[in-house]
Amino acid sequence: MSARKVRARIFQALMIFSLAVSMGVLTWLLISTFIDGVPALDSKLFTNPPSSVPEEAGARPAILATLYIAVLVLLFSVPIGVGTALYMEEYARKERWYNRFLEVNIQNLAAVPAIVYGILGLAFIVRGIGVGRVLLAGALILTLVVLPTVIIASREALRAVPDSIRQGGYALGATKWQVISRQVLPASIPGIATGSILALSRAVGETAPLLLIGALTYVAFDPTILGPFTALPVQIYTWVKLPDAGFQALAAAAIMVLLAIVLGMNALAIFLRSKFRQRW
Amino acid sequence: MATPAGSAVPAVAPLSLRSSRKHYGEKVIQALLGLCALVSIVTTLGIVISLLVPALEFFAEVSPVDFLTGTTWAPLFDPASFGAIPLLVGTLSVTFWALLVAIPFGLGSAIYLSEYASPRRQAVLKPMLEILAGIPTVVYGYFALTAVTPLLRSMGLQVEIFNVLAGGLVMGVMLIPTIASLSEDAMAAVPQGLRDGAYGLGADKLQVSTRVIVPAAMSGIIASFVLGVSRAVGETMIVLIAVGQQAKLTFNPLEGVSTLTAFIGATGNGDLPTGSTEYKTIFAVGLTLFVITLVMNIISIRLVRKYREVYD
Repeated sequence: MSARKVRARIFQALMIFSLAVSMGVLTWLLISTFIDGVPALDSKLFTNPPSSVPEEAGARPAILATLYIAVLVLLFSVPIGVGTALYMEEYARKERWYNRFLEVNIQNLAAVPAIVYGILGLAFIVRGIGVGRVLLAGALILTLVVLPTVIIASREALRAVPDSIRQGGYALGATKWQVISRQVLPASIPGIATGSILALSRAVGETAPLLLIGALTYVAFDPTILGPFTALPVQIYTWVKLPDAGFQALAAAAIMVLLAIVLGMNALAIFLRSKFRQRW
Repeated sequence: MATPAGSAVPAVAPLSLRSSRKHYGEKVIQALLGLCALVSIVTTLGIVISLLVPALEFFAEVSPVDFLTGTTWAPLFDPASFGAIPLLVGTLSVTFWALLVAIPFGLGSAIYLSEYASPRRQAVLKPMLEILAGIPTVVYGYFALTAVTPLLRSMGLQVEIFNVLAGGLVMGVMLIPTIASLSEDAMAAVPQGLRDGAYGLGADKLQVSTRVIVPAAMSGIIASFVLGVSRAVGETMIVLIAVGQQAKLTFNPLEGVSTLTAFIGATGNGDLPTGSTEYKTIFAVGLTLFVITLVMNIISIRLVRKYREVYD
């Protein structure tokens, strides 16, 4: 083999290795969490409230709160996100300065650290404009965190619908909203659904903003929308901080539950995207 | 009648292309969609106001010069000291170790996906990277603390239980998908003609990748690095769990430090009296964090626009 070929082989091996690093760490993470968590993964985790005794402690209030939050974030973020995407793709005239500002603004919001959204929540709750340190406040803040993701994914889905579909609708005398609601939106639903599920899985795993709006509390009862709450990732953080080995195992078991939810959503999104991929 | 009798052409109003009916509903819908878009603008305004107002009050009590140049961070002590250098150095230190992992492996993954992998392999590997990107950061924090730190110790490194190295390395793995997918986008946008031209001149894949594709996609690749920095600076949970919450001025990766985000996360959930200087510190640190990431994000957005303009 010539030196050149050897170099090419080594380079290719290095590129494969860099991908393998991610896959290897992912596998290691899953296996080590599994080993730590399995002993504590029992029905008490789903039925009991947190406790100072690791053998008795569960994450029922946290798991329920996370499910409530997921539903609320979905209800808030999809209509607003899709609405914004429709405005930007179908209505906004790009040459207007405020529309260009909107575009840059959303790209920036997508990269603002989640904890800054927590500060936003803290400021408005503490200053008395908001609703207090309750589950609804958590859902609202997480909605803002994931909104840019929903908008960006929905815009891509709308952009993928070819203009000929719109022109065809107009030629038949449809109004703009008729074209959008009966042709463009139905065609882009798979893309919007994929993006929304991915955004939702991010909201479910997000911890930092919830710390700031006071989710780091002991909640022994089933949560309500307007009551104090703790979410599953926050419960994990609480347990990780405790030195007792029993709580470390609980943290690992709760991580398995969280990963099952989050990775399940990811898998669903990837499946939807490949199943409904449309070629025009 | 205006038309004279016997005229061959009957009078017809000129054809109007405008809709014969006024569609008020259409206007309402457009207004509603505009209102949705306004939510994002209001969010940004809300963030700026909620950070700026308490931060300005804070800087009325503590000189901004002391804040940005002081080397002792002890806001909850008496006497309090508000020098943010230890937090900034801690942030920088964690970011450095994260990028040391994320840049080579992220870029390598991107080159492999864009230039080497067959479409079928891409269809398998890209979702796997997405899964890595979907893992919650609290999980990465737990992994750094309970798996990576013990491994570092068993390798003979004298790391403290909370240390920069484990958190930074794990954060690097977390950032690989960000850098890989953005860089891969930029490489995929390089016109096929450039590749074909280079292959036609006898180049092999190594040469095409490193001398044609990477330079041609450079602005997008740099954008991915900058966004990686922004995400590393803003990452909270990994630091809070595995790097520690003790503000020390050190670059030593074997020790624990605090960062901008870890301070906010650890202090913001306490029961600090509203309106106290300590309470306002959260907002001053938050503003610093926001400004740093804003600058990074704008650089990154500009760079992405640059390659889109050239190739799209």
